Amino acid sequence: MHAALFVPCYIDQFYPQVAFATIDVLGQHGVEVEFPAAQTCCGQPMANIGCSDDARPLAQRFLEIFQPYTHVVCPSGSCVAMIRHHYDGLLDESSELADLKEKTFELCEFLTDVLEIEGISGSFPHRVGLHQSCHGLRELRLGSCTERMDSTDNKIHRLLESLEGIQLTELRRQDECCGFGGTFAVSEEAVSTMMGLDRLHDHQEAGTEILTAADMSCLMHLDGLIQRQRFPMRVMHVAEILAGRPGSVPATEGGR
Amino acid sequence: MTHGLNQHPLEAARFVGNHERARWHDGALWFVRTKRDRAAASVPEWEQLREIASQIKGHLIARLPEYLEQFEERAVGLGAHVHWAADAAEHNQIVLKLLQQHNVKRVVKSKSMLTEECHLNPFLEQHAIEVVDTDLGERIVQMRGESPSHIVLPAIHIKKEEVGALFHEQLGTQVGATDPAYLTESARKHLRQKFLKADAGITGVNFAIAETGGLVVCTNEGNADLGVSLPKLHIACMGIEKLVPRAADLGVFLRLLARSATGQPITTYSSHFHGPRPAGELHIVIVDNGRSWLRTSEEFRRSLNCIRCGACMNTCPVYRRSGGHSYHYTVPGPIGSILAPATDARQHASLPFACSLCGSCSDVCPVKIDLHQQLLTWRHEIASRHLLPLSKRLAMRVGRFVLSRPRLYQWAGAAARLALRLLPRSILYHRWNVWGRQRDLPEAPRRSFRQLYRRRRHEQ
Repeated sequence: MHAALFVPCYIDQFYPQVAFATIDVLGQHGVEVEFPAAQTCCGQPMANIGCSDDARPLAQRFLEIFQPYTHVVCPSGSCVAMIRHHYDGLLDESSELADLKEKTFELCEFLTDVLEIEGISGSFPHRVGLHQSCHGLRELRLGSCTERMDSTDNKIHRLLESLEGIQLTELRRQDECCGFGGTFAVSEEAVSTMMGLDRLHDHQEAGTEILTAADMSCLMHLDGLIQRQRFPMRVMHVAEILAGRPGSVPATEGGR
Repeated sequence: MTHGLNQHPLEAARFVGNHERARWHDGALWFVRTKRDRAAASVPEWEQLREIASQIKGHLIARLPEYLEQFEERAVGLGAHVHWAADAAEHNQIVLKLLQQHNVKRVVKSKSMLTEECHLNPFLEQHAIEVVDTDLGERIVQMRGESPSHIVLPAIHIKKEEVGALFHEQLGTQVGATDPAYLTESARKHLRQKFLKADAGITGVNFAIAETGGLVVCTNEGNADLGVSLPKLHIACMGIEKLVPRAADLGVFLRLLARSATGQPITTYSSHFHGPRPAGELHIVIVDNGRSWLRTSEEFRRSLNCIRCGACMNTCPVYRRSGGHSYHYTVPGPIGSILAPATDARQHASLPFACSLCGSCSDVCPVKIDLHQQLLTWRHEIASRHLLPLSKRLAMRVGRFVLSRPRLYQWAGAAARLALRLLPRSILYHRWNVWGRQRDLPEAPRRSFRQLYRRRRHEQ
């Protein structure tokens, strides 16, 4: 199978190891990955602030760049939710757009739904805390959120759980937002950082050693707090864990 | 008071600044949210109920004019008087005129967010009419000269020690008393006198039934019943969206309302009023006040589904950490952040941005309003009305320019990473670096993914 890799702009610039881990996980399951070099950003930052006129040309570019591929895979639930649920408001209805929405997948759902993988072989003998990034959870429905009463399986949880020796920690608040929220992290800095610290305290009490998520943006915000406040925790994108990267070496060394 | 885009962030920062209190507020509301989760989980058909409720309200709003006329006809048939108010001012005039006609000097009022929205209390007080809120939480905020900070739990921002001090000062309770039972009993005695002396009772309306012309008012304290049982005059104030088509629909909404609001299986008192009581008068004031505008909007129409349960506030991570008063609107939280800009987009421009777009509100809402989606739509509306500051608009324009050009994007990214690596901390973490106040910036790698990828392909 062949798939195009969609690398969110902030991963491209700050977390290259996450994109390489995505290539490796897919490669381990027989998927040949290509990175279309013309890609930049899906337009979410502009769309989320309300500037549709600035988001639209980026959405149009994205549509054209990824048109030739049969599958598009991305290590970010939020960016995939942008394509699947919010391009409708920016682009005219077309068969190309319908096709793009259908063939674009977040990494974990691509593994469980398209490749129909039940588990990942390998071991990860660590206490891992899974942060449920909101757009993956409530827009892509990668699992069921605590608000809803129709519970479904959590795709990320299922993949992580299959690793040998992994211990997933139990949180008091299973799926509360970390407070990143794009520009919200800056425009509502006080609330954003309080939300992040509340998540970290919950993980600390639960004994989380490695904090993971399917969205690096949440982890960038949380890691910023971890570094500043010296929480005894490391962040790793879920792709890095699934690709078999060792947990003992910090994935990102953070600021200082 | 600050306006525009800084309003909520400034108020929220002040609230969070009192960290111990912000934590307490967050915890108190999270407790209500978890109670709601347990109550909802006890109903196997919960998700179906939400869907049915959403469809009933969708149908009702689509045919609202017919249902309003039907309701008026049936209510009048039961002996009630129906009045129509286009806005808050007309609503207040109608209520004042009715009170003056009946020579009313003292009014008791059960909880009604509509009368809060219309600022009825100060208006009546200006005309020398005493209005006493009889819901305990509302009475507390009224005694403090504040507005409610939550639509179901109006005094959720106040601690019992503060209630004790307030009651000592105004009701003469013991100094330092904090026992909720003692304080509640004292308020009950105080309110009993107000009930006995009132010349009229005003209530809100939770549901008005088009089919029967009847009204349903839900309270946990029985204060609506008490307030309208002695005086001859009962005035019920409702927004045009408070209708349900049939009495049978109550079976859907009453089950959802109490569970979503407080996690109770049913509100303690669900009082039905079908026409006036013998020798009494029932006046129903039906208010638009901007709701018709919402109804014409394809996007925001669904916000009229709201049954004012407050579940979106209890679940909202931002509301819990910024408090209801930070919204500067009668209805705070996610639903308030949709309704407020509809009244004045410039003044309330910060509210649709007081949201991390986590989507929890949309999933908790018992009538399935797509709240976070509507908040996003408001952001587009605010941008298209040129209410975003120039700095934000320019930043987005520059972002678009750079991100449309892969080479420029690469160059800009490399320059930013180089700066992050080389500049000393004292320069990077300058006062305008809001991100860096409490968070470190990510460590910048020497090369971007695309550079490393290209190099790797080259080597292969």
